[in-house]
Amino acid sequence: MKRVYPKEEVCMACRLCEIACIVEHSEYKDIFWAFRSEKPRQLPKTKVEELGPLSFSANCRHCKEPACIEACITGALYRTDEEHPVLIDKDRCVACWMCIMACPYGSINRDERNGTRHSTKCDLCPDKEIPACVKACPNRALIYEER
Amino acid sequence: MAVGDTRSSNFFDFIVDRDTERCIECLVCIQQCPYDANIHRTVEPKGVVSDFAKCTGCHRCEAICPTGCITIRRNPSQFREHDIWTDWHIKNLYKQTATGGVLLTGSGNDYEYPIYWDHILLDACQVTNPSIDPLREPMELRTYLGSKPDKLEFEEKEGKIELKTELAPQLVLEVPVLFSAMSYGAINLNLCEALARTAEAMGTLYNTGEGGLHKRLYRYGKNTIVQVASGRFGVDIDYLSVAAAAEIKIGQGAKPGIGGHLPGEKVGEDVSKTRMIPIGTDALSPAPQHDIYSIEDLKQLIFAIKEATNYEKPVSVKIAAVHNSAAIASGIVRAGADIVAIDGFRGGTGAAPTMIRNNVGIPIELALASVDQRLRDEGIRSHASIIAAGGFRNSADVVKAIALGADAVYIATPALIAVGCTMCQKCYTGKCPWGITTNDPYLAKRLNPDIATEQLINLLRAWSREIKEFMGAMGINAIESLRGNRERLRGVNLTERELGILGIKHAGESW
Ligand code: SF4
Ligand code: SF4
Ligand code: SF4
Ligand code: SF4
Ligand code: SF4
Repeated sequence: MKRVYPKEEVCMACRLCEIACIVEHSEYKDIFWAFRSEKPRQLPKTKVEELGPLSFSANCRHCKEPACIEACITGALYRTDEEHPVLIDKDRCVACWMCIMACPYGSINRDERNGTRHSTKCDLCPDKEIPACVKACPNRALIYEER
Repeated sequence: MAVGDTRSSNFFDFIVDRDTERCIECLVCIQQCPYDANIHRTVEPKGVVSDFAKCTGCHRCEAICPTGCITIRRNPSQFREHDIWTDWHIKNLYKQTATGGVLLTGSGNDYEYPIYWDHILLDACQVTNPSIDPLREPMELRTYLGSKPDKLEFEEKEGKIELKTELAPQLVLEVPVLFSAMSYGAINLNLCEALARTAEAMGTLYNTGEGGLHKRLYRYGKNTIVQVASGRFGVDIDYLSVAAAAEIKIGQGAKPGIGGHLPGEKVGEDVSKTRMIPIGTDALSPAPQHDIYSIEDLKQLIFAIKEATNYEKPVSVKIAAVHNSAAIASGIVRAGADIVAIDGFRGGTGAAPTMIRNNVGIPIELALASVDQRLRDEGIRSHASIIAAGGFRNSADVVKAIALGADAVYIATPALIAVGCTMCQKCYTGKCPWGITTNDPYLAKRLNPDIATEQLINLLRAWSREIKEFMGAMGINAIESLRGNRERLRGVNLTERELGILGIKHAGESW
């Protein structure tokens, strides 16, 4: 399956990928709505990690053998098969954070906005042909391809 | 800013106009401004604001803001109109009196001197000689740079006719445009690599400048001209052997007669290895080459390089366009150079004293015409090729230069603009917001060599297509036939004297 691969040598830590992700997952997929009106604001499902000049967007790897699915005690994390992304059914998530502990890439985050408590992660933008973060990156530091 | 000097903080040049209705406070503009001009206020009044005094007008934030809510504007505040004491002169004096230093700048001369290209018009065919459609008929842009023999001798060997004359080494260009010298150090390795890859893909050459050649770029050797400049940085036998040609740099159009200075902070491990100097030391290129004080000395260096490279590679000598260029060029050709590169006063630079950049040297148009004429008059024009440099903006300038007598042209600023440069002229700060003239690891990453290569290839592709269109209109199907063909040029708004130096007729005069 196609995945989003970061290219750290040209990632400049601008975080436009995070912004695009927030917009894509907002109700109207509109930047002004997403940032100024929607309450609470969506969380980015990818995070730009930085250490000095080194930076990259830490997207979910949608692993062949996902440690998060293995670790999830309620079956909230699932995938239909190896050709499909690893997704989360947030209604089944009991916020034990085992997936966060298990993910070797740090690609799952907590969603605790307005009292909700569940994990959140990249869904590879099901409504898009090219994921929003990939499209938004001004320096081609995210590559969407089969490897 | 000196204590008590509010002039530099309040007489700013640019305004960062942020539409707060549209700003989503994403902070991208803050992260992207290398001059810390954008600030996030976390106490009331909250929001993203800008310190106008720090803005250099590079437009990076404007280009990257996801809501497009930034407009960089000139500060409309003006001093009282005065034809002599313009804001520019006044502000320069303020800056200088605050620091006591030499005013520095980057890029090329921005004074309003005449641009002769804009006073020269090209010819086209009508009725009596047919024009050619470049999309349907072959057009030859291939150019050979190097010394050409005065005559060819042949001999018969076993019934076959063979060339007896030994030909001097030549550089083959598929497009008569090369990338001008920009050194690793002044620009970063990402851009060096993009230039090298483009040269390879388009069948032309790029020039390393005086900063040596990074090992990673050795594989592009046959598309590389290596420079031997006054600092002798990175020059060794491998450097000379791997390249297609060597260029002795005497002068640079942006700062004729002036040396270079790469500050020690920029000499990190890679630059240190490539330049062959210790880490953290200032890389100083002396103003002259200290072993060249005469044409005879130059001849020695030319032949030292030829000897070292088995007479297999052309040697170029680059000079800045100055008053006596024609006589100097004649000496250079007689000293054995295969190529003479002449860099006009509009040529760019990473750093130069502003006053030197704007006031020293002469326009490339006049220098080129006079050098070509002088070499012809002396019957030695074919002994060397001429590369014109400094201030080429588009394909029309290139075509005019070739008709004026150049074999090919060097471009650098158009290549920088192709990869993002907005001509903010702050290259000397080492903080280029587009990742071009910087080795800062945070900023250099902004230049993705893959994207830059595509942009540079497109630039050369577009110019070659346009050059072919011009040639077709003139009924010329090989660039060879245009070279030095001044009959296809006419001047407008030029004096007799200017027309005389350019060697062209005024518009309205027939053949
Ligand atoms: S948008 Fe691209 S360059 Fe910017 S932080 Fe994300 S991956 Fe890096
Ligand atoms: S692929 Fe879509 S969901 Fe995943 S990080 Fe990128 S924008 Fe967010
Ligand atoms: S980049 Fe644009 S939207 Fe984001 S903080 Fe700056 S001005 Fe506001
Ligand atoms: S210096 Fe450049 S990035 Fe910084 S505020 Fe000015 S235009 Fe924007
Ligand atoms: S190279 Fe960079 S610093 Fe120099 S003029 Fe261009 S944008 Fe400005």
